Amino acid sequence: MATETKALVSERAVSQRVAATGGWILRWIVLIVLAGLIVIPVAYAALGGFKNNFQLSLNPIALPDPWITSNYTDVLASESFWQQLRNSVLIATVTAVTVVAFAALAAFVFARRSFPGREVVFTLFTLGFLFPSAVAILPLFVLVRTLGLLDHPLGIALPQAAFALPLTIIILRPFFRSIPVELEDAAAIDGCGAFGFFWRILLPLARPALATVAVLAVVTSWNAFLLPLVILSDQANWTLPLGLTNFSTQYSSDTARILAYTTLSLIPALVFYLLAERQLVSGLTGGSVKG
Amino acid sequence: MTQRTERAGIAPARSRWPGLASIGLFLLPALVLYGVFVLIPIVQAAQFSLYKWNGLTPLTDFIGLANYQRALADPVFVKAVTHNALIIVLSLTTQIPFSLGIALLLNRRFPGRAIFRLLFFAPYVIAEVIAGVVWRLILQPGGLAEGGLNVVGLDSLYQPWLADPDTVLWALFVIISWKYFGFHMIILLAGLQGIPRELEEAAAIDGASRRQAIRYVTLPLLGPTIRVSVFLSIIGALQLFDLVWVTTGGGPADASNTMASYLVDRGFERFQLGYGSAISVILFVIALFVALAYQHFVMRRDLDGALTGAG
Repeated sequence: MATETKALVSERAVSQRVAATGGWILRWIVLIVLAGLIVIPVAYAALGGFKNNFQLSLNPIALPDPWITSNYTDVLASESFWQQLRNSVLIATVTAVTVVAFAALAAFVFARRSFPGREVVFTLFTLGFLFPSAVAILPLFVLVRTLGLLDHPLGIALPQAAFALPLTIIILRPFFRSIPVELEDAAAIDGCGAFGFFWRILLPLARPALATVAVLAVVTSWNAFLLPLVILSDQANWTLPLGLTNFSTQYSSDTARILAYTTLSLIPALVFYLLAERQLVSGLTGGSVKG
Repeated sequence: MTQRTERAGIAPARSRWPGLASIGLFLLPALVLYGVFVLIPIVQAAQFSLYKWNGLTPLTDFIGLANYQRALADPVFVKAVTHNALIIVLSLTTQIPFSLGIALLLNRRFPGRAIFRLLFFAPYVIAEVIAGVVWRLILQPGGLAEGGLNVVGLDSLYQPWLADPDTVLWALFVIISWKYFGFHMIILLAGLQGIPRELEEAAAIDGASRRQAIRYVTLPLLGPTIRVSVFLSIIGALQLFDLVWVTTGGGPADASNTMASYLVDRGFERFQLGYGSAISVILFVIALFVALAYQHFVMRRDLDGALTGAG
């Protein structure tokens, strides 16, 4: 009886293992095909940049032959590409610093103070998360124009920071709340005021959460298109997405050169992704924000 | 005991911290920024929408609801709304189930899992503008799509999808899925990892097949995460703009206009700021409707949970 059961069990284990191996291979095939579909457009752009247009039209899927570097070197030698890169970096930095600073201050009192109307104000902030930012784009243009910030980095950074506030506050609040009240008590005994506690204890402890929201803000700002399109008209102020769209219409027949430009403007984002993937994922899913 | 005394001793000290005034100071920067750049513009959109205005002259030509009448009577706008709706339907019926399937595949430990996850999520950081430019070149005649089909002898299948009013939305949807399925996959994967493995094991012991365990144990528990994914997908589809603007500009023959691209075209390209504002108010009302429906059917803790890990 006992052996029979044992035999049955082991038979089942074997068939399960076979099925598991089969499933494993099938899973790999599906995932590899999908990975190919993800990589191919990027690889096409990167390799296409090393071809000339004749090669591209002759056989779009072959490797470059010969490898031509002039598309890349031309873009890298052009002042406008670097200018756009600097503009993108500047605007993303100002956006992230502003939104993280302002949201941290607000999230602190939302998390650790009770005051009349707190939930109403908090809800007002979270509502902003639910609306497409395109809704406000026309009045925003008028407002930025009135403020004299058209064609100014702040004309992009301030509205972007404002629209990033809801998500940033939503993420920071529970994190700030999770820091034990005893710490605040101890700080108070040592003569630490509200701002002292916030600045010297809460913020250093919240570094992972702050990194997460900063990463989210940088990515959103880096990829933004509609607001810069509306606010920035002078070429000298363009960000990379604006520069790329313009380049791709200006040289619309020079596919190889557009591919080189695209690849080069993609590199910073991908490097940033490799460095900050963890923060990005945790910001979107709550993983490490939990503490 | 000592601890308790100490804590009791602090209570008055804490209330001595400047109360409401200091709270106000903490809130002030965010409130001002948010009020000036988010709340006021949304209210102003409602105001502008009642005027005929080119954005330069003083705001004097009050025309009541005429802009709204014009929008609802304009077949181009009505079509744009249906385009957004089609993208939403496609996302919910195709993209999210697909993302869920991949998330289920990646929810087990196996060699290479981390790399697949990293790869699939990567397009999320690629700007829609970049994705749009690359895909436009891939799909154009003589591009990678045609060349690839040529090589396998299927060149008769090729057509310039982005240039054909009948196929342009489907082509855009392919690009959207390419860029965003990994985002949904990441959200769903996080939800899956919050489900204790024991539950599926218990189901297996009770004789459930893997499929049954997924259908009757995993999916119901994943409900809140799926709903968040659905909601984010709807909001994303409602404001679809960058990709359309870069790949097709809303064409051919307005076949790929969305509400946002229509809004920008009328508002900025044709300087009809009053009319464009009416469009944005309509977009706002639709988003509000979606948000309220979401609150009603799904409750807010779902959103809190997925975005903050509190749930």
